Amino acid sequence: MSHAARATRTLAVDLGGLVLPTPVMIAAGCAGSGRELSGLVDLRRVGGIVSRTITVDERVGAPVPRISEASAGIVWDTGLQNPGLDAFVGGELGRLSRGGVRVLVSIGGGSLEEYVRLSSALQGRPEVAALEIYLAGPDDELERSVLGAHPDRVSEIVGAVGRMSLVPVFAKIPGGCDEVVELARAAVRAGATGVTLLGSPPALGIEPALGHAGRSAVHGWLSGPALRPITLRAVSDVANELPDVPVIASGGIRTGGDAVQCLLAGASAVQVGTATLTDPTTAVTIAHDILRTLERNGLATPRDLRGRLAPGLQTSRGERTATS
Amino acid sequence: MKRARAEILSSRKVGAYQSITLVAPEIAERARPGQFLAIAMPEGREFVLRRHFSIHQASRRGGWAGTLEFIVGPDPGAGTGWLARARAHESLDVIGPLGSPFSYPKKLTNCLLVAEGRGAAALSFLAQELVARNKRVDMILGAHTLEAVFKPIDAKRLSQTVAVMTRDGSMGARGGVLDALPEAFERTGAEVVYAAGPPATLRSVAGFCAAHRLPAQVAVEERMGCGFGLCNTCVVPVLRKEAPGYENVRACIDGPVFNPARVLWDRWLDTGAPSPVDDAAIVTGPRAGDPR
Repeated sequence: MSHAARATRTLAVDLGGLVLPTPVMIAAGCAGSGRELSGLVDLRRVGGIVSRTITVDERVGAPVPRISEASAGIVWDTGLQNPGLDAFVGGELGRLSRGGVRVLVSIGGGSLEEYVRLSSALQGRPEVAALEIYLAGPDDELERSVLGAHPDRVSEIVGAVGRMSLVPVFAKIPGGCDEVVELARAAVRAGATGVTLLGSPPALGIEPALGHAGRSAVHGWLSGPALRPITLRAVSDVANELPDVPVIASGGIRTGGDAVQCLLAGASAVQVGTATLTDPTTAVTIAHDILRTLERNGLATPRDLRGRLAPGLQTSRGERTATS
Repeated sequence: MKRARAEILSSRKVGAYQSITLVAPEIAERARPGQFLAIAMPEGREFVLRRHFSIHQASRRGGWAGTLEFIVGPDPGAGTGWLARARAHESLDVIGPLGSPFSYPKKLTNCLLVAEGRGAAALSFLAQELVARNKRVDMILGAHTLEAVFKPIDAKRLSQTVAVMTRDGSMGARGGVLDALPEAFERTGAEVVYAAGPPATLRSVAGFCAAHRLPAQVAVEERMGCGFGLCNTCVVPVLRKEAPGYENVRACIDGPVFNPARVLWDRWLDTGAPSPVDDAAIVTGPRAGDPR
């Protein structure tokens, strides 16, 4: 078994048709625009990168301060700064995918029409390996603060994108929402290939004034190691309920050990965001550590780690159900 | 840009600051004034971001060849305080040199350098490079108190003249660097101004230079996440070059050195009173600036 596993051992994963050389991606908004990481990390050794979230029109983004350090995390808000769909397709997309890097494009909007326009413009392009649907922004049509906090709306948006898409589609479930499993189920029933768990939950950071007369609060989102237990719980819950669905864990993953925990809890792949901001090679280092873990345990692929915790977790869930 | 594990050669107190010298030949070789370093905090999960420091000195030749110097403080926070307490022979995870450096004037010769607080660390490096290019350097050096005036003796060695300003009058004249600017401009025949310090000071310097049609370069300070362009948080609003309106550009990649005439100071510093030029220049998109 061990000998056979060594002969065929691989880090490659297949997420419902999205084949990646390693299960470790760089999360949305942390991979730059195709120039920044050159010289710091060889992106061909990264499983894939998620673009910053692209909207139909350009966004100039939020005012400063945009970032505040918290204990084991950061509170950030870029205001989805991005060049808009046309400029992204005309420049950034080509740069990101150079050298065969697998690019998942994150798309965001405030209406069904915007998501349809984004996916129709992107889904047939050879540089796009998959789409990741950002659902944490406000819903302009239904006048709700978080578009993706409602299963019916998730079905509608993901369904429209998924029906026309030629590439795999992943729904990124917003952080800080109730009923993560229901939101994931709604996305998958509507046609999502898989889900990314979770987006950053809303948070507030207070900064001492930096010679600025005005703003000192970052009204944004929490990222970083503080999130990891929340990520693990969401991954485990969704993987138990939807065992055949590829789950990408995102939130607080910084080390190989963190990533292995996510795979054990049921994830098929992981994304690293904040950790990349400190150490740009994190995604490569984690992949290497996963390979070592496979070697030590005589396993052939990251898939073999998946759900190894599941029996214990199911017992715990069962006990809780029995007593409630 | 290189990433290195750099040994601390020395760490010593310089007034209100801690001055740290690293052995990092690959970074020192490339470093230019205005650029900065991104230094990782110790292992552990508490501090997740690197800390960012202007390069104060980079030695390519002589007994100190391959070393880099930067300063910490005054009043460092918890993460930076750890760095201030780090001792010789400890090693740091350093990325650098980062950012766009000051550019040197080709024809103009009289350079006026305006530094407030720790901004003097970068401008002292610049002064040295300008002098090496046969430029005349004059400096205005300001801080709150005597202890926070950074290396005034070095400034005197490098400059034709130095005006020292402190808010409490404990050294030089009482006041801010702006109070010394009109007189220094007249006296030195300045043809170009370089400035580094808090944003509010830089805005005033920018206003003075615009009024006197003086070319200028300023090195800004803004809160940074990564320091190498990924997180898009250290932004400064600047006029677009080839289109109407403005864009938020990253201080770490597109700066920290900017032409102050392109910076929309009121929009950036948000005093609640946008200037006429700001309003005229801003053509926002449908969701521009939406804070979500």
